[in-house]
Amino acid sequence: MNKLWIVCSYLIVWSCNSNSDSLHVIVTAEGKTIKIDSTNWPSSFQLGRPASPEEIKKIDIDVRPDGTGLPAGEGSAIAGKAIYLSKCVACHGTDTTSPEAKLLGPVLISTKPGKNKTIGNYWPYATTLFDYVRRAMPYNEPGSLTNEEVYQLTAFLLQANKVIGEKEVMNAKTLPMVVMPAQNRFIPDDRKGGPEVR
Amino acid sequence: MQMKGDKKEIDQDKGSKGKSISRRVLLGGAATAAVVLLKSSYGQVVQKAITQAELKISDPTKVQGPPPGVLGTRSKFETLVKKPSDTSSRTPLQDLFGTITPSDLHYERHHAGVPVIDPHSYSLTLHGMVKKPLVFSLADLKRFPSVTRIFFVECSGNYRGGKEEMTPQEICGLTSQSEWTGVMLSTLFREVGVKTTASWFLAEGSDAAVMSRSIPVSKGWEDAMIAYAQNGEAIRPEQGYPARLLLPGWEGNTSVKWLRRIELSDQPFMTREETAKYTEGVKDGKVRQFSFVMDARSIITYPAYPQQLQKGWMEIRGIAWSGRGKIYKVEVSTDGGKTWNDARLQDPVLDKAHTAFRYLWEWKGGAAELMSRAIDETGYMQPTMKQLIDARGKDMGGYHLNPVTSWLIERDGRVLFKAELTS
Ligand code: HEC
Repeated sequence: MNKLWIVCSYLIVWSCNSNSDSLHVIVTAEGKTIKIDSTNWPSSFQLGRPASPEEIKKIDIDVRPDGTGLPAGEGSAIAGKAIYLSKCVACHGTDTTSPEAKLLGPVLISTKPGKNKTIGNYWPYATTLFDYVRRAMPYNEPGSLTNEEVYQLTAFLLQANKVIGEKEVMNAKTLPMVVMPAQNRFIPDDRKGGPEVR
Repeated sequence: MQMKGDKKEIDQDKGSKGKSISRRVLLGGAATAAVVLLKSSYGQVVQKAITQAELKISDPTKVQGPPPGVLGTRSKFETLVKKPSDTSSRTPLQDLFGTITPSDLHYERHHAGVPVIDPHSYSLTLHGMVKKPLVFSLADLKRFPSVTRIFFVECSGNYRGGKEEMTPQEICGLTSQSEWTGVMLSTLFREVGVKTTASWFLAEGSDAAVMSRSIPVSKGWEDAMIAYAQNGEAIRPEQGYPARLLLPGWEGNTSVKWLRRIELSDQPFMTREETAKYTEGVKDGKVRQFSFVMDARSIITYPAYPQQLQKGWMEIRGIAWSGRGKIYKVEVSTDGGKTWNDARLQDPVLDKAHTAFRYLWEWKGGAAELMSRAIDETGYMQPTMKQLIDARGKDMGGYHLNPVTSWLIERDGRVLFKAELTS
């Protein structure tokens, strides 16, 4: 899924401590050589303490496009709709909310083409939805949703934006498989430096 | 000038109400001696005009002043304030001198408010594709070899237009400059042993949005730093206290504040801030992603709205900056772009830093149009809005807009922003 990115961004990085410890040399894929002056530096400053797998697990909340980081559990749109109507609708509205309405948060549901950048017409990865809602929403009570609720809300938002069907269940297996309508619109930075305005 | 002299309290913390108060109202009026900031009973900061009589200004050579204190203060005659909205707060570029932004006037942009973090319980964890995952305390970070560097931080959504009555602060006040001190990220990378196969890292904050961005590892080796100090003291809470990531020259959002975690990976994480946000439409319905570098830019901060020009000689002043390197040259036009003149750059011209420029000019009366354009060491010249639209198409949105900005000088000496629309 992310092959493009892996190819685009792959770096060759190595440290060369051959002659002395005074220069730490890194060469990037862009051909850039980065020399870090470490004259008189010990090989380690012995600062910091080892991070245990348990404590990493507590804060390692990110979810990647390939599904890495997705927890156990699952959810469907029907259950998600009920949560949405109680915990999210006040700030985000529904597909029938008037476009003039002054919402506190961005429009989340829209299947009509228009200026609004929404999940259906702008988000390139479905996993981002799970990741973001779990870390940041609801805005007034971030971090309060259970994994199950986040799966349900994710399923509902995808369904309401016509990305998945009403019966589809979202879990660690199915969510990364969802292909978002906008995915092929995204390109890496195409500015190349130099005089060109781009 | 209009006599206003009333003592009406003006609510400056207007955010969403969006009713703008001109500086002339605030400062105008002979009976108004100064404008001070006060906390209202609702805890809001309000500006209050005070009269000559209230200030009881007497001959300072005849009165004993206050004794030395524990903290300095800003003169009560000075009225510098940031301009807050619901989501950001802008630096008063037109009121500043030189290139360092006073820390309390540094722009703010955050996605879920300013967190309160106890420096004693603060920690930064580096893990993922590393040989030794480590947790650093703030004291650990401060013990590593340190670096100090001056550079700007700019939000990538830093252009507003649409009306003539706009100050530099309103047009592009989401850029500020500080002297930052911290440890190079490369020093920490070396310590944890970043694996050769790692190509991206996630930087994550401990604010209520747990804001996160994916950054190429090469930037981490190159010049990224973890800063704990700003302009000689601990970083301000609004700027990421007690420690933040800083990526010189890159869009501000990537310099994750209140940094708690860095995870090394071999792919980007595709967080919301690098997909749904901080991406911009370009031609053929495409969306540009990971557009990190801030292109070269400049703005004339004097004369600018809402100043009133007097005939005679003056120094046209402004700042220029580029996320690609050093400013090479700034050109100023006083005739709407027909002719261009080299401005003087103030030394030292630093890499990825606000650079002050000035150009001597005599205003003889008559209409004029003042413009500046920056050229950086890569040969990039600050474009016009038209060039940007031509290059990116009509759906380019609001990120990475760095157009040449013009000030129209009216015959009566008013200075107005030549508001160009983005589409
Ligand atoms: C108190 C108001 C409020 C509530 C309640 C709320 N949100 Fe939000 N939401 C916001 C705001 C404000 C933003 C924009 C934050 C930003 O720009 O950083 C946002 C952003 C979002 C976004 C990103 C939209 C985009 O296009 O980038 C998603 C998705 C989202 N919210 C989902 C939810 C869900 C699901 C719930 C219910 C569990 C919820 N929100 C409840 C205010 C709210």
